[in-house]
Parts: sequence; structure tokens; C-alpha cells
Amino acid sequence: MSSASSQDEKLVRMANQIAQYFTSQPHDQAVAGVVEHLRSFWTPKMRRQIIDHAAGDGAGLEPLTLEAVQQLAVSSSG
Amino acid sequence: MSLIKEVDYGTKLASSDVKVTLTIDGERVAVPKGTSVMAAAMSMGTAIPKLCATDMLDAFGSCRLCLVEIEGRRGTPASCTTPAEEGMVVHTQNARLAKLRKSVMELYISDHPLDCLTCPANGDCELEDMAGVVGLRHVRYGQKGANHLHGAKDESNPYFTFDESKCIVCSRCVRACEEVQGTFALTIQSRGFESKVSSGGVDFLASECVSCGACVQACPTASLTEKSIIEMGQPEHSKVTTCAYCGVGCSFKAEMQGERVVRMVPYKDGKANEGHSCVKGRFAYGYATSKDRITKPMIRAAITDPWREVSWDDAFTYAASEFKRIQAKYGRESVGAITSSRCTNEEVFVMQKLVRAGFGNNNVDTCARVCHSPTGYGLKMTFGTSAGTQDFKSVEKSDVILLIGANPTDAHPVFASRMKKRLRQGAKLIVMDPRRIDLVKTPHVRAAYHLPVLPGSNVAMINALAHVIVTEGLVDEAFVRERCDFADFENWARFIASPDNSPEAVEAITGVKPDDVRAAARLFATGGDGAIYYGLGVTEHSQGSTMVMGMANLAMATGNLGREGVGINPLRGQNNVQGACDMGSFPHEFSGYRHVSDEATREMFEAFWGVKLDHEPGMRIPNMLDEAVAGGFKGIYVQGEDIAQSDPDTKHVVSGLEAMECVIVQDLFLNETAKYAHVFFPGASFLEKDGTFTNAERRINRVRKVMAPMAGLADWEVTLGFARALGVPMAYEHPSQIMDEIAKLTPTFRTVSYAKLDELGSVQWPCNEAAPTGTPIMHVDHFVRGKGRFMLTQFVPTQERAGPLFPLLLTTGRILTQYNVGAQTRRTQNNVWHEQDMLEIHPFDAENRGICEGDLVALTSRIGEVSLRATITDRMQPGVVYTTFHHPTSGANVVTTDNSDWATNCPEYKVTAVQVRRTNYFSSWQDHDRETGVSLRRIAREAVDAAE
Ligand code: SF4
Ligand code: SF4
Ligand code: SF4
Ligand code: FES
Repeated sequence: MSSASSQDEKLVRMANQIAQYFTSQPHDQAVAGVVEHLRSFWTPKMRRQIIDHAAGDGAGLEPLTLEAVQQLAVSSSG
Repeated sequence: MSLIKEVDYGTKLASSDVKVTLTIDGERVAVPKGTSVMAAAMSMGTAIPKLCATDMLDAFGSCRLCLVEIEGRRGTPASCTTPAEEGMVVHTQNARLAKLRKSVMELYISDHPLDCLTCPANGDCELEDMAGVVGLRHVRYGQKGANHLHGAKDESNPYFTFDESKCIVCSRCVRACEEVQGTFALTIQSRGFESKVSSGGVDFLASECVSCGACVQACPTASLTEKSIIEMGQPEHSKVTTCAYCGVGCSFKAEMQGERVVRMVPYKDGKANEGHSCVKGRFAYGYATSKDRITKPMIRAAITDPWREVSWDDAFTYAASEFKRIQAKYGRESVGAITSSRCTNEEVFVMQKLVRAGFGNNNVDTCARVCHSPTGYGLKMTFGTSAGTQDFKSVEKSDVILLIGANPTDAHPVFASRMKKRLRQGAKLIVMDPRRIDLVKTPHVRAAYHLPVLPGSNVAMINALAHVIVTEGLVDEAFVRERCDFADFENWARFIASPDNSPEAVEAITGVKPDDVRAAARLFATGGDGAIYYGLGVTEHSQGSTMVMGMANLAMATGNLGREGVGINPLRGQNNVQGACDMGSFPHEFSGYRHVSDEATREMFEAFWGVKLDHEPGMRIPNMLDEAVAGGFKGIYVQGEDIAQSDPDTKHVVSGLEAMECVIVQDLFLNETAKYAHVFFPGASFLEKDGTFTNAERRINRVRKVMAPMAGLADWEVTLGFARALGVPMAYEHPSQIMDEIAKLTPTFRTVSYAKLDELGSVQWPCNEAAPTGTPIMHVDHFVRGKGRFMLTQFVPTQERAGPLFPLLLTTGRILTQYNVGAQTRRTQNNVWHEQDMLEIHPFDAENRGICEGDLVALTSRIGEVSLRATITDRMQPGVVYTTFHHPTSGANVVTTDNSDWATNCPEYKVTAVQVRRTNYFSSWQDHDRETGVSLRRIAREAVDAAE
């Protein structure tokens, strides 16, 4: 059985990989790109998990990823 | 039902728009300029006797049977080699011609065994037909003199024989091997009376022959004959259907005796293959009647129990009660399904409908996840649609072909033959691949450049090619200005022109000499119409989607889109991988690639299906497995897909499956995944059902049933049965009705119907009011998304890197005679060519490790170890090893990791850091697998006894 933290680790790795693609774009566009990607392809549960992770210690999240996840959290709750 | 006999024009009808009119036997006929007199005659129904001519080949003019008289010309020219001309007056029959023809036939027959009654070609022999046509009644020359009547027989090939005594040395086989297949395995050895067909001094099996069968099809006598014909005799009826192996989607006539296939003959009218095939489609259909087929539904409470055979109804009821129980206990999201790229469009469509409308979630995914999902993503972002841009025929107009991460001579053989033909005509080839694939150097084809990129460096390389084009002023500005978003282009051009992307700067990453990169880029940009063809060597990387966008950028920058001869062409793996994606198999989109969050689309589906649908994306295969391990995903319905063998990180897949409470597997065989299943629905082969497959060029081809399903139901009927038991009624009586629903709900399929497919043979989507006969070439005047969009493609190295512990990079691929996980081909005689998966290793790496040819070696990555035999070859570069994954026992996916493409999670099969050492043992995983292979596959004895 893998623990919640190893699931989190996987999601962090995936989210960082997505963000890495967008790093070459202008900052705002990059953040929006990551948010849009997560919203289009991740299940609500995965999005919730990464949002919770970011709201906690956010361990492992690159700055761009963190910003995008935070923005995702705002738009999801709104 | 009758036997379909296609017209043989003797030579091809020319394709010119200019017509010439001539008179043949008193009748006027108009034909395209360049057509032979023979073909002109046939086009009005007059069959001129012939032996050495057949319309798959260029005219040769050797048998002299097709002589005609042409007014105003001396002698009796051969009609097969004489072009029809304006005003020509031709006579095909008169006393003089009859006499000449008789003497030609007399010579042939005097040196031919006269055992026609017992000859396998009896009923299908052109020599016999011609003897009848010319009225041969006696032969003046006896068979006593020197002759070939006791020539040798070569029975080495598992599928056909060569009987020299029946050979008339027409050289049709030799020409078929050269012109149609492009392998050059055969020659006519010696001259005059001594001349004979030779497969290079060795028997067929040991020769260069790739067993495509083109020569057998071309042979007018019994000299080259299918062993199945020798054994069974001639077929009595046939139906046109589509090969169920690769994404080329070749059309075949299934030639039958009752419900038994006698042989598969490629269909000349099939647009994907134009009468050609490879060894798999033509010969390797025996799996369909293999004794390993499971033909009874089975259930069991635990995977350690033996299987219990039950009725279909009991299986449906049990499976439905389990899925209902699971959803009641663990929630709506706790179940899902995987559709199959081997099943028909109609079957895939009802599967995803079952998930969305029946399970009430979007947890549906497909095996395309592990192969071409980045193609869908990358092409949609840049052009606006998830598909290749051309038809296969387009390659006939290409001047430069850039082939990336694909090995068509093995994986897409019939397309490779078409490509090689164009290359022999002078088109230039650039190969970008870590391995020296056959096309780099093969008879009469030599790549202009081979860019042997290190695995994992594709994006750096495509950026370097684009860098040269942008910085050396080779961009097609007119195209870019007119067709693409110019602001995006400027952004991209600035990015790509950065010195970081120059061939010199990336050499350390790609391992390729900068001069070669520059020369290849110049050739692609300036060599005329340039086309990109690519395979899984592009997609199965952590930057697979980025690479697809990189290629799209390159094509836009050089103006190579929107006409024949150019474009971006994914060579798709499985027969219906395009179709499975089109039909809405991905968790985030409906058929026709429309996102589930799109209100208008969803409302249309809701209105049609009468249920509320989920607007959020569902789980992908890896998410399902992760969630299963975590305890939240408990039931899966897997159709025609063997994730325990084909998906990466086998141990993780197995843990996921073991954690589920109800795994339903629908397949022909008790595959690896079925070891972990609780319900087994026996599947139907492509011969047992009606439907359609969509090939790599978006061509929708009909699949036609030629025998009853062995288990009583076709796959779509099984899904319907399960749906019924779940309380989700789907009332279709025939797959054509499913296609009608697809057409109603999918704009790109709007006017597709079985009636249209019967009428036109096939159509390429989009097929709708705007394009009633389909769309061979896409993005002609504008892109589907409007303006083409350049995307930034920064190189990001994979996390999978060679290091001290794992110093080599493993990459994986396929070979010609086996197909994917091998479930089908391993059950045919194709095994004579590939009994086991081998590890290819460079001599230098082998020597360092004391490895000799054929040694058992342990292949270890950070996640697993397997043992397999090594073969030493300099096709590999030092530092890179290669294997196939056709045999489950070698377990190549035990070592592949869960790294995947950033956008689509397509696994990074093409890069795994490994170590290789000699060993005397199979790995513990292999031992365990062998043991569970038996223990988890038991079928309860009583049931078997009762059935016997
Ligand atoms: S089977 Fe194909 S490759 Fe082999 S000799 Fe015949 S044409 Fe050539
Ligand atoms: S084997 Fe058949 S096709 Fe080949 S030369 Fe002999 S008769 Fe002609
Ligand atoms: S090329 Fe592909 S579709 Fe054609 S016969 Fe071979 S396997 Fe079948
Ligand atoms: S068919 Fe024309 S020469 Fe043989």
C-alpha cells in the first residue's frame, strides 16, 4: 500500500513536470497555462490533493507550480 | 456470396489528365495518356492473353503472348509495353496472332508438368487459363528432352512453397519483390534455358525475404503457392475486410471455404495498401482459431480460485452485481474501463458510452495512452486537430522525408514499401533515430543523413534543426505570414534562434555532429516538398508532447503543410488506435476530441442518451492504478488490452490490479492481465464481427464478419450485455446503427454511414456536409484551429539519466514478424523468425562486460531486473541497448519506469537507465511470473470435463 505522502510525491512530480514545460513562456501566461492544464486533465480529486498539499508545507513544489496551484485553489473555490 | 475477382489490367492505368482515343477491335476507347494498349483493351473488357504482365507491376515484355497488330506498324508489338496513342487502330485477335500465341504456349507447356488435376493452382492458374484461351490442343515437342520437370522444391518458408518445376521464369516474383515490396530478395539466375528464380543462393527462410507474399500473389502458376492452398484447395467465396494488426490498415479479401479462411489476399482497391501486405496481415491470422482461444465466459471470487465457466447471462449478472456493489460501497468514481485499439470504432464507442452514461463518471482511457497520446495533444495545440495531416499516397509526391523515431520496415511494412519506392525514385531521406534502422541503408535506398540521437534528446535535436532554419534565413515567410499566428511565430523564432539551441550547443546532449544537423536542416528546408513521418520514438518520452509540437513548428516554418507530399504523419501502432482516440476514449473528451467541460457538446450527448453526464475529466490508466493501490479504485473493465504486459512498471500495474475487487477482462486469450481478473468475457477476432477501423491516415475502413463469433457474441454485443445487466439499455441490432449514432453526435463523422463505406470503399474523416467524400489532406487553406500556432519547445532533460550504477540507456521497439505484446503473432508460425526477445548491445559494451553472442544477461534498472539473451550488433551506438517486448516471459516492462510525458502521461518507454551483466539465472520476477502464470490461470476441472 502506498501512503498518502507517496501519492502526493507523485502528483508533485507530475505538476512540476507540467510547470517545467511552461517556464519558457512569460510569467502570467505560464501560470495560466499550468492552471488550464491541471483543470483540463486532472481529476477533481487529484486537483484537491495538490491544492491541499500546497496549502500544507508544499514540499517539493517549484515556485511556478506552487503559484499555479494556489491560483487553481482560488478559482476552484470561487 | 461469391469469390471477388479483381480485374487485372495487365499494366497500371496511367493517372494523366490528358486522354488519348484509340480504336481496338473496331471500338473506340479513351484512356489516360501513358496507359498501355493492354490496359486500354481491358478497360473496355477485352482481355488480351498475357503471362508476364500483371497490373501490380511495370510491364516487362518477356512472354510474347500479348502480341497485337497495330495498323501502320510493322510486326506484332507486345501490347503490355506499347503505350496507347491518339488515333491508333489495334487488332487483338486474328489468325496470325492466334498462331503465334499458340506456339508460345506450346513451348511453355512442353516444359511444364501436366499434373493439372492434382496441382494446387488448379482453378487459379494463369498458365492453364492461357492454354485454354489460345485453344492449345496438342504440343508438338515431347517432354523427353532437357527440361525442368524435376526442379527442386523449397518448403522452408512456413507459409508458402517454391516449386521450381512449375516455374515459367516470367520474373513476376522477382519484379514484385523489387517494385512492390522493395526488398530485392529474388533474382533470375543464369540465362536462357538455365535461367531460374533464386533467393540468393540460400533457401527462402535463410534469404533476405521478409515473407510479404507479394511474389506469391504475383506468380501466375503454382510455382509460388500458399501452403494453406496446398492443404485446403481453392476458396469459394470472399469478403473485403481490414487487417487487425498495425495502423496501416491494409484491405484484404478474406478468401473462404465456408467459415474457414483459406487465405488473405491484399485488395488492390484498398487505398491504404493498394494490393500489398506484410507477413502479419497476409499470413499470421492463425491465432484466430488457436486452441488457446477461450470461448466460454468465466468468473471467480478470488484470483487464487480456479476459473468457473458460466453462461453469458450469469457472467453479465455477476459482473454487474459486483460493479454495483463496488460503486455503492466506494462511490461512483471507484470503477472505470479501458477501451481497446484493436476493437472496432463501434465497440469503442459503446464502451465509453457505458462508462459515461452507465458508470456515471469519465473514468475511461485507452491503450493509446501508452503510445500516441502526445500526438493528439501536440497536434491539437498547434493545428487544432488530433490527427495526421496526409493520406499515405501523399508520400509519392515527397522530395525530402524526415523519419523520426520510427522503423517502418518492421512496424509499418506496407507503408515502408511505398516510402522506399519514392526513395528509389530519388527522394531524399533523413533518419533521426538512436539505432541504425534498416532504412538507413537497404538495397537501392541510402539515407542522406542519419542523426543518431541519444535517447531522450529529441527535443534538443528538433530545436537545433529549427535553429538552423531560422538563423540561416530558410523560413518560408510567405506561408508563415498567411497561415500562422505571426506573433506566436515571432516569439518562437526569438526562442529558437537563441545560441542555446544551436547544433553546436546541443551536441553534448544529442551526441550528433553539428555539421550533419546543419546539412540535414538545409536539405529539409530547401529540398522541395518535405514530409515528416514519426513513430513511438517521438511520443514515448517525458517530452513526447513537446516533441510533437516541435515537429509541427518545423513543418509550419518550412511551409510544409496543406498539400500533397508534405505534412506531419504519425505512424500509428495498433490497427485502430486512431479510431479509439476519435471515439472518445480519453477521460477528458467525447468523440471528435471535444472536452467534457464543453457545455454545448455535453448537452447534446445528455439529450441523446437521456442521462446527466459528468463535466470533470476522469482518471487516466496510471491514475486508476495509483488510486487502486491507494484503495479508492476497485473495479475495472478492460477490453482487448493487456496492461500487465504492455504498460510500464509491471510490478506497479500488478499491485494495482491485485488491489481491485472486480477486474473484468475481455480478450481472445487468458492474457497476463487476466491472471488478476475475476470475470473473463471471451472476445471475438476481427474475422468474427462487423465494424470499422480507422487507420493512421484517418481512413475509415470496413471490417466484415466472415465467421460466427466463437464464443457466440461479438465484442460490442458483450458490452451491450454487460450494460443491460447494469440497467443501461443500449438497443442496437447491428454495428451500422452504432455508426449512425456516432455520425449524429460527431461533427467530423457527420455523413459517415455503412452505405457510404460500401459505396466508396473507405473515407477519411472529416467526412461531413463540407467534405462528403472525406478529406485526404488536412489544413489545405487554413488550419482547423484557424491560424497555425507555434509553440515554445524548451528542452528539458528526462529525470531518467545514465549514471555509475546504471550506465547504459535502454530503448525498446518492435520487429516485423511479431506484433505488440505478441498475443496474436506468438500463436502463429511467425515464431520461426523471433522465438524470444533479445537484448541488442554494441560490441564495445559487450566486450567490457565479457558478454558473448547468445549469452543470458541480467538487465537491471532502478526498479526491476529481468534476464534475456544478448545479441551483439553495431546497429546500436555504444551506451545504448535495445530490446523488444513481444514475449511476456522476458518482461521488458519490469524494468521500464513510471516516468512519463508531462502532458499526457504517455510512458517513457524509450529511455531507461540500466546495467547489463552476464548471469546464469532468470530473475526472481521471472520465476514468480512463471509460477503465477500457471496457478492464476487454472480453469475448474469439472467445467473443462463437461465441456469436452
Ligand atoms: S515474400 Fe516478399 S520479400 Fe519474400 S521474396 Fe516474395 S516478394 Fe520478396
Ligand atoms: S516463380 Fe512464378 S512468378 Fe516467379 S518466375 Fe516462376 S512462374 Fe514466374
Ligand atoms: S502493414 Fe500493417 S495493416 Fe498491413 S498487412 Fe501488415 S500488419 Fe496488416
Ligand atoms: S504479357 Fe506482354 S509480353 Fe508478357
